[in-house]
Amino acid sequence: MLAMNFRGPRRVRIDQKPMPEIQHPQDAIVRVTRSCICGSDLHLYNGSVPDTRVGMTFGHEVTGVVEEVGQEVEKLKIGDHVLVPFNIACGKCVFCQQELYGNCHESNPEATAVGGIFGYSHTGGGYDGGQAEYVRVPYANIGPTIIPEGMDLDDAVMLTDVVPTGYQAAEMGGIQPGDTVVVFGAGPVGIMAARCAWLFGAGRVIVIDHLEYRLEFVRNYAPCEVYNYKELEDVVVFLKRTTDWMGADVCIDAVGAEATGRAMQTLLGKTLHMVGGAATALHWAINSVKKGGIISIVGVYGPIDTLVPIGNVVNKGLTIRGNQASVKRLLPRLIEHVQNGILDPKALITHRIPLEEVSDAYRMFSAKLDNCIKPVLMPPSARI
Amino acid sequence: MENTVTDMEVKEMEKTAIDPSQIKGWGVDANPENDPTYPMKNRNNGEHAGYSWERPTQQPKSVEVLHSNERPNVSAVFGTSTPPSGLSGLIRRAAFKYSENSYAHWLPLMLADRVGIAEGVLDDLTHGHVPNIFAERGWKAEWKHNRKNLVTRVAVGVVLASVAVAYLRSRKGDSEAKE
Repeated sequence: MLAMNFRGPRRVRIDQKPMPEIQHPQDAIVRVTRSCICGSDLHLYNGSVPDTRVGMTFGHEVTGVVEEVGQEVEKLKIGDHVLVPFNIACGKCVFCQQELYGNCHESNPEATAVGGIFGYSHTGGGYDGGQAEYVRVPYANIGPTIIPEGMDLDDAVMLTDVVPTGYQAAEMGGIQPGDTVVVFGAGPVGIMAARCAWLFGAGRVIVIDHLEYRLEFVRNYAPCEVYNYKELEDVVVFLKRTTDWMGADVCIDAVGAEATGRAMQTLLGKTLHMVGGAATALHWAINSVKKGGIISIVGVYGPIDTLVPIGNVVNKGLTIRGNQASVKRLLPRLIEHVQNGILDPKALITHRIPLEEVSDAYRMFSAKLDNCIKPVLMPPSARI
Repeated sequence: MENTVTDMEVKEMEKTAIDPSQIKGWGVDANPENDPTYPMKNRNNGEHAGYSWERPTQQPKSVEVLHSNERPNVSAVFGTSTPPSGLSGLIRRAAFKYSENSYAHWLPLMLADRVGIAEGVLDDLTHGHVPNIFAERGWKAEWKHNRKNLVTRVAVGVVLASVAVAYLRSRKGDSEAKE
């Protein structure tokens, strides 16, 4: 089968790889119909995540048709068209039982700090991902969800990660009616977080980024106020001033390790990989939120130390919340929102690219070429 | 040194365990409604029972799987992509002797990733495949959508390489003249 093949930082290609096989009684084999490239894939692409091995296939945002099931799979049958949450969750461990499906303890032997994630290095469990024609889907009774009749496949694939992650970013912010919410990052997750902040009753939503085309998009999509930090002398002072010198009630970091904007963070986090990423957005979030405010982190960082002004967290009495989105927990509500027209996730998709052109797709997304916001890879069988 | 808790240390911990119900005032202000983890976590305090849930069927180990020493076992299900091999595999095995809390775990893994890149190129060559680095880097997209930048970068690279070659040649010429 055709599959994306990681060859080293900023080097990927399409190759023929063996078909995945059932390896566990709760496995399913799924023929991929849509597979997105996620902003967090760029951390792998850039070589920022430890134990990202040459030869691996990335991809954790997938829809597909069930082709084969293991003997313990009862929920799915061959031919079902499913959306596959990016978390691999057993449903039995104490964390899954508490709906922490992103923190499953039976899906990742290599690291205890995170559950299994499709195509996300061996730190994420060592699973080949869905930027391929076929993918092995473990715990098929738990995660994969049959796509509701009439739902657009482009909406469905966005429900595997982008929508729940953006929604949970707002949810973790504990937004109260009237709150001012600042979202750092106008990538797909930041855009969705800004949109979802209104669902929790925000009174004002501000998005900060440096890419004008993305700011323009989110200004209309969320809708919200947008500011380009490159045009601001000091983003923190600006946010203080625009909130009557108090700071925002809630700040959301929807950027993570690949942030730009501060030379020292970029040098240590992106060039030298000495820390777990360039924590510029988180740094700004901590300093921009008001005393007693809440920081919500959905941007992805590496597992080693990250430079943030932790002293200000203590002195300002901040609450910091973060997690991988618990997709399964959120799906019923989010499917309702899509079906009722409250959320329109497919509007974020700017590029539909043949799987065979995966190298160019990564380049486009990584270098923000051609006003790319969200690229979807289309395997050959899905283009017929 | 391997970062594991010894049996002796476990016994010491058990000896010093304190029954909180014997402490005066224990729990008098407990307020289950004050749960900042909700709705992210539907608290059931199951973790108080430890690692005691009915585990899913164990996936057979068809490849070498390294596991964190912060857990006692391999998870019931795991990925089988790219098992450790070669020099990078040796480094990864050594890294997994240390916990996720240690630089001695993560930094060698980053090193192993870099060694793996060279191994990947060698593997390609031994299979008769010369990797097309430009295609793998997506330069076609760069050429289509960001041509000026690509041409500038290539030109700068060529100039720098030319200067370096010229400098090395002039130094070689100087040393030959002295001899």
